[in-house]
Amino acid sequence: MDAMAILSIFVLSVFVGFEVVSKVSSTLHTPLMSGANAIHGVILVGAIIVADHSKTNLELGLSLAAIVLATINMVGGFVVTDRMLEMFKGQKK
Amino acid sequence: MSRTIYDLIGLAAGIAFILALKGLSHPKTARKGNLIGAFGAGLATVVVFFYASPSVSGKPESLPLNNLGWILGAIAVGLIIGVPAARRVQMTQMPQLVALFNGVGGGAAALVAIVEYLNLGLEATTAQVVFTVFTVIVGCVSFSGSIITFMKLQELMTTRPVIFPAGRFVIAATLIAVIGVGGWVVSALGTTPLLILAGLSLLFGILFVLPVGGADVPIVISLLNAFTGLTVAASGYVLDSVLLIIAGTLVGASGTILTRLMADAMGRSLFGTLFGAFTAKQQDSSGAAEDRPVRSGSSDDVAILLNYARRVVIVPGFGLAVAQAQHTVRELADLMISRGIDVAYGIHPVAGRMPGHMNVLLAEANVPYDQLVEMDEVNPTFGQTDVAIVIGANDVVNPAAKTTPGCPIYGMPILEVSNAANIIFLKRSMRPGFAGIENELLYDPKTMLLFGDAKSSLTKVVSALKAL
Repeated sequence: MDAMAILSIFVLSVFVGFEVVSKVSSTLHTPLMSGANAIHGVILVGAIIVADHSKTNLELGLSLAAIVLATINMVGGFVVTDRMLEMFKGQKK
Repeated sequence: MSRTIYDLIGLAAGIAFILALKGLSHPKTARKGNLIGAFGAGLATVVVFFYASPSVSGKPESLPLNNLGWILGAIAVGLIIGVPAARRVQMTQMPQLVALFNGVGGGAAALVAIVEYLNLGLEATTAQVVFTVFTVIVGCVSFSGSIITFMKLQELMTTRPVIFPAGRFVIAATLIAVIGVGGWVVSALGTTPLLILAGLSLLFGILFVLPVGGADVPIVISLLNAFTGLTVAASGYVLDSVLLIIAGTLVGASGTILTRLMADAMGRSLFGTLFGAFTAKQQDSSGAAEDRPVRSGSSDDVAILLNYARRVVIVPGFGLAVAQAQHTVRELADLMISRGIDVAYGIHPVAGRMPGHMNVLLAEANVPYDQLVEMDEVNPTFGQTDVAIVIGANDVVNPAAKTTPGCPIYGMPILEVSNAANIIFLKRSMRPGFAGIENELLYDPKTMLLFGDAKSSLTKVVSALKAL
């Protein structure tokens, strides 16, 4: 992909990232951090790609370790965030 | 699957992440937002199995993926570790679990970059190597730094800032070495320099977080979270994945804003936290057990005081979370309300171990939302408050934050319970709070202390109050 396209995606994503969380109340700081934390677990996709590309046992071993860690990050992150938010239910009014 | 469809699904996942962050920013949509994020991540993970991404090493692009069995096995291992950990964790331990999850994410990003670097070998472009170096450095810092914050929060090590002689020079030297070796990797290429880089970066992460203590730990977790996001974005560049670039950048940007919001809520300067490692001075340890008289009372004394109050403000802190006393405190509040006493909870934004910790905890006990009053609103009312009950909180009510320049919490806004007519502290012991500083308020003549576990103390107060 050409550098300009990547730069555009990057810069626009920065602005979106700034914009969506700029007015969050302190109540939600922890779940929001935890949710964002889970989202970067999508590095799992990268780990699977490099495991596919692996040519040597060293590469495979390292990428499998990355898959384990990324899965923990992603799945654990979403589950723990859901548990935090579950406690907010039933008190909307 | 064609590249176009693969990329379109990646775009859909990116949109899901934006909607997830947006949803998580509002109480009513938060849970749905999280589920949308999980859906996006799940979608992206499934799709990658149906697209053979071109490999620079010239491996034939074919499906199923190479090493498919191993990949699925590794995912299963991750699930077996991650899901039970997330489901079983106690409310009190959530902050450190988030720190740990963030750390392993950073570690994963660093590993991905290392493998792709080994795989590309001499065919890597300079830009790819630069991004690889960035990912390895920041990913490793995030990994080791998060492990240290985990150990601090889990109290596997001291929660106070760790400062050693000439520490700032050691840290600065490590940073220079990291940057130098990074340059070496870019110019010379090779596995050994990259591994040295990883090792030095891990060391730097440890040194970077060790001097951080007390109230600054949550800010550092949030900052490392943003760091990990950026490493994911950089891996996205190396792996030619738009999705990783979008997701990583979103987390990096929103994480940075969130870190600043948290720092503002705590009255800390982000710069000061960031470079605390370089500026930290040896603090005079005021830990010398002071032998001044305190007024301690019984649960009956507390009940009598409460019974004749018109307005009571409950100030919860980490001790409430440790004792799992959120239901008991609600029982006490309900009892007082039934006797016509005006009751409010004064919520400090960073009471507990993480911003919003108390809101989550009290929400679990179904405390009505309108009884939770934020700091700025509750502070002016302490003058008309008869009793302030501080339950397992310390630093967030410590006047030292206003009066003692140089103490670790100086400048943090506090709940001004000292303006209330009476103060009751429910404490386990005279031990100082997380930040490790003495609280003058404990020796105030209008303060009464009730020692013991918050839950059993509250239970006794409730039965004493019922008996009146």
